Amino acid sequence: MRDRTGIILGLGAFLLILAYPVWQALGSTADPARPALQRSVDPSGCVEDTTYMVARHQDLLNTWRTDVVRDGRRFYPATSGKEYEMSLTGTCMGCHTDSQAFCERCHAYADVTITCWSCHVAPEGL
Amino acid sequence: MTMLIAVGLVTALFLVGMLGAAAGLQWVFGVALPYLAVGMFVIGLAARVLRWANVPVPFRIPTTCGQQRSLAWIRPQRLENPPDTPSVIGRMALEILGFRSLLRNTKTVMIDGRRLTYATDLALWAGAIVMHWAMLIALIRHLRLMTNPVPGFVTLVERFDGFFEVGMPVIYLTSVAFLGALAYLLYRRLAIPEVRYISLVGDYFPLFLLLAIGGSGFWLRHVTTTDIASVKALVLGLTHFAPTVPASISPLFFGHLFLVSVLLAYFPFSKLLHMPGVFLSPTRNLANTTRISRHVNPWDYPVKVHTYAEYEDELRDKMIGAGLPVEKD
Ligand code: HEC
Ligand code: HEC
Ligand code: HEC
Repeated sequence: MRDRTGIILGLGAFLLILAYPVWQALGSTADPARPALQRSVDPSGCVEDTTYMVARHQDLLNTWRTDVVRDGRRFYPATSGKEYEMSLTGTCMGCHTDSQAFCERCHAYADVTITCWSCHVAPEGL
Repeated sequence: MTMLIAVGLVTALFLVGMLGAAAGLQWVFGVALPYLAVGMFVIGLAARVLRWANVPVPFRIPTTCGQQRSLAWIRPQRLENPPDTPSVIGRMALEILGFRSLLRNTKTVMIDGRRLTYATDLALWAGAIVMHWAMLIALIRHLRLMTNPVPGFVTLVERFDGFFEVGMPVIYLTSVAFLGALAYLLYRRLAIPEVRYISLVGDYFPLFLLLAIGGSGFWLRHVTTTDIASVKALVLGLTHFAPTVPASISPLFFGHLFLVSVLLAYFPFSKLLHMPGVFLSPTRNLANTTRISRHVNPWDYPVKVHTYAEYEDELRDKMIGAGLPVEKD
């Protein structure tokens, strides 16, 4: 006895599930490209250089938070020599004024949920 | 030695991916090889399964280890000795989702230094089940980089996986479980002399490959992070068949991606084929109906037989004459 039909159906189902990202892409109208973000109001440059910020802003924020909340240090000497006040709302959002059009647009694309805004003020949006 | 070969191979492959991308071959490692690898995986796997599907299975050969269904007052063990399809489905589901066979793993122990006995050893089962489930969940989590918009169940899995909100970004439970279980499986392979003796490069290589994939993934998320948004743009380019290679992705990511490509391409030629294989194991997926119904081998050679009845018809007179007993007068 051969169960060829059953096996082929099973294989087909497996491949169909595996190809989910492809057929979702075929049916979706969402733009696959990296989203365009609101430009900073102060174009002079970010706290650290942009490549570093894109990849590691979560670490930077984490360090800032620890420094302020645990160690009481409030100023951050950047690699460029400038000093920044370590403040999420005051510093980051001072240049990136709209959290929805900046932080959250990128986070939605990468499916990241952050809880910071439940306590910190996000100037515009939310 | 076999182990060192596997370690060397995996390290070399990772370096090839990383240095290749650093040398400007992002199109090769980010687009061409991933497509090739997925193609090899799909075609290789399908070819293998179709080959298995064409193997005839004329008889029922399940391994049974419990009471077969017989008289009404004898309790049958339907999972150990399935008499029909629903029982087989139950048996297969437990096997595939719960690795039930591994629960039978034993170890030899000496009691009082003289008496040899066998005891259950659940460590292999625990390591295997943690490793496989963690890998499935990690795969589902990766869908966040392959789909746009991200479906709700992926976010749900991420939230549960990061339930304890340790670290920023959150350290997923399954990342730790996956690496821990793999490390145990490797330790086991090395620590038990019998297992070590029968281990080949083909056993170590997938272990180290998975360890390196998990390790580099963990590293990319928690230590040297890269531009995830651009990574997603690269991956979505692949699923939309409109590949792009953003410039800001670190070479580490290409090392990770190349190892995944190697895993996919290697899959249909390796012991990892037990993934489709477990569904097609005749010792598990057949109902034990050897006595309930008659199974005739369809390609039996038509042997010319001379039955006793024919023999007696031929020689009846002589047999009666000689006083031999006959069945028909
Ligand atoms: C002095 C103004 C300024 C401050 C303060 C600032 N940024 Fe920026 N940031 C910029 C500029 C300029 C860019 C480059 C992109 C642009 O022009 O919008 C940038 C880029 C970024 C990017 C990359 C965006 C992309 O296009 O990929 C991230 C992420 C980011 N900033 C996060 C932060 C965070 C988090 C903070 C607080 C720790 C912060 N920035 C504080 C000015 C600033
Ligand atoms: C439970 C409420 C709460 C949440 C959620 C929260 N914070 Fe805070 N955060 C605080 C408080 C309170 C302070 C102390 C403010 C001060 O001393 O100026 C603070 C301080 C900080 C500071 C330094 C001072 C400042 O004004 O910014 C940073 C940076 C920071 N948090 C980042 C974050 C980030 C990033 C997140 C999200 C991952 C986050 N926080 C989530 C309550 C919260
Ligand atoms: C260019 C895209 C981008 C922009 C812009 C951006 N982020 Fe992020 N952010 C990410 C990605 C991607 C991650 C998750 C990294 C990961 O999953 O490993 C992340 C993670 C975080 C986390 C850690 C979340 C966690 O996993 O616990 C915080 C906090 C955060 N971002 C804050 C911000 C804030 C505040 C801004 C705006 C000032 C911002 N981000 C802008 C892409 C971005």
